[in-house]
Amino acid sequence: MSNTKIETKTAAQGENPGRRRRSNNFTKRDRAVIAGLVGGPTILHVVFVWLPAIATILLSFCQWDGIGGLSNIHWVGVKNYAQIFTLYSDFKIALRNNTLWLLWFGLIATPLGVVLAYFLDKNLKGTKFFQTAFYLPIVLSLAVTGIIWDYIFKVNGFLNIVLGYTNADTAPSWFGDPHKNIWVVLGIASWRHIGYMMLLYLAGMKSVDPSLREAAAIDGAGEWYTFRKVIFPSLRPVNIIVVVVTVIEALRAFDLVYIINRGKNGLQVLAVAVYENILGESQRIGWGAALATILFVLCLGPIMVYLYQNFKKVD
Amino acid sequence: MVTGKQSKVGARIAVAILAFFSLAWVFPIFFTVYESFRPYNDTTKDGYVSLPKHFNFDNYWNALIQSGMWRYFINSVEVAVPAVLITLFLASMVAFVVSRYSFKFNIALLMIFTAGNLLPPQLIFIPIFRLYLHIWVPTIINENNVLYDTQLGLILIHVAIQIGFATFVLSNYLRTIPKEISESALVDGASVWAHYFRVILPLLRPALASLGVLMTTWIYNDFFWAVVLLKSGSKRPITAALSNLQGEFFTDFNLLAAGAVLALLPTLIVFFVLRRQFVAGLTIGSTKG
Repeated sequence: MSNTKIETKTAAQGENPGRRRRSNNFTKRDRAVIAGLVGGPTILHVVFVWLPAIATILLSFCQWDGIGGLSNIHWVGVKNYAQIFTLYSDFKIALRNNTLWLLWFGLIATPLGVVLAYFLDKNLKGTKFFQTAFYLPIVLSLAVTGIIWDYIFKVNGFLNIVLGYTNADTAPSWFGDPHKNIWVVLGIASWRHIGYMMLLYLAGMKSVDPSLREAAAIDGAGEWYTFRKVIFPSLRPVNIIVVVVTVIEALRAFDLVYIINRGKNGLQVLAVAVYENILGESQRIGWGAALATILFVLCLGPIMVYLYQNFKKVD
Repeated sequence: MVTGKQSKVGARIAVAILAFFSLAWVFPIFFTVYESFRPYNDTTKDGYVSLPKHFNFDNYWNALIQSGMWRYFINSVEVAVPAVLITLFLASMVAFVVSRYSFKFNIALLMIFTAGNLLPPQLIFIPIFRLYLHIWVPTIINENNVLYDTQLGLILIHVAIQIGFATFVLSNYLRTIPKEISESALVDGASVWAHYFRVILPLLRPALASLGVLMTTWIYNDFFWAVVLLKSGSKRPITAALSNLQGEFFTDFNLLAAGAVLALLPTLIVFFVLRRQFVAGLTIGSTKG
């Protein structure tokens, strides 16, 4: 991919052939160095990421209470999956919440990020300030984010005081009510997600060839038409990143619900369910592994799209 | 760009909408900062939405010194700094090889790294957790002699995961740098190591800076791995320690507010001082086709 050019050039210039760094023409020392440069990091990555991932998928077909050695692991086929779908009541809520999370991010938060980016791209008055404000939540950890928003949503917090609920007994409990709290959490998660999406789209819009816009303006194209036909199509690489980020963030959701109420009482998500089955009161490693595998399968689509997009033209 | 009366009105409306949203965006942060300066007794009596009777740094003093929060900051530094440095070093080596030499395994290797970084952490964590319970470490690192509940273990997993993203980004970056620069090194007969260390590494500096800033923020903000791999609260970095502080400070939310503000301060400083690098890091890969 990269070296063929160098080879032909140096060969044409009649360089000393011993100096040519063809992949099969290295000195012994160079070979060792290359093996070390690539091998070390690769082994680390494979041993600590890929092998555990494969092990989890295998474990999802096994039963293991975690006590005793590996010999206590028994193959049970799809039993874990069957049990999760039928016996594990939190699973349905978790799956529903992750789906809601995904839909909310995809249909509401991400488009809002596009709209904001579109307006900020116009370089209106105050754009610098607006941009800073929208970027801010991106740098904050979700744990801190959860604590910050607690002052707004707690029973005696800002929102209830402004709404006039001064009696703590009758005031709505935004985090405590299992019918409401997921929506509140989605709102909080959007606080961060919208800014992130805005940042990505804004960078993409800035890199749109200005002559394209000028051409559209000269042709008398309206704003909406220009956006749809000129700007949006050139944002394709951004769109792919956005899909990947959106899906993966929606499925990975853990920090926010964990800091708010440990992911219980209406705030169950798959990532917390995995955690609960491994580190919670009852260790059901097979269930945890099956849940993690389900999470993985859901992520698989965007991962493939991303890989395809990035590697299709490398050859 | 904006011309005509109609667009001017449109622009005003757009500014008004943006102004409203951006103020709403920063409000929760300011509200938390505001409460963090007020004593518990005042807000209990008057409620959170009230003018301050006392306004001081007491909560900060109590959180940082008396509650010993400063120790968690040290934990954060002890985890994030080595993790980021090792990641950048290892990733730059792989990126160098795959972008400067044509091996058959290059693309497969890059795909492994890129995809590995996208795997959900929950898929990895179960075997890692079990493995860490069995990996022996010397008593200096952990008196229980296992990798579980050590910062070393946390650093290791951060490096292993982040290396995927860093390799992907750095190799993309190197691909945009003309090969002629490498050619001159080759003509000089430099060894592979010299090529990497003296030619490529200096070229990578801007990309390393952006990635470094971004990954420091990520690792500093990490919650999941620190919670699942560190049992002792005292070893946790600040972000994960907040969930303990939340329990300890349960009765004093103003103190917790000060704790939260302290925890977000380093990331805010990074954001305001190194914003260019931070944004560049986040948008790497999204602007290239």
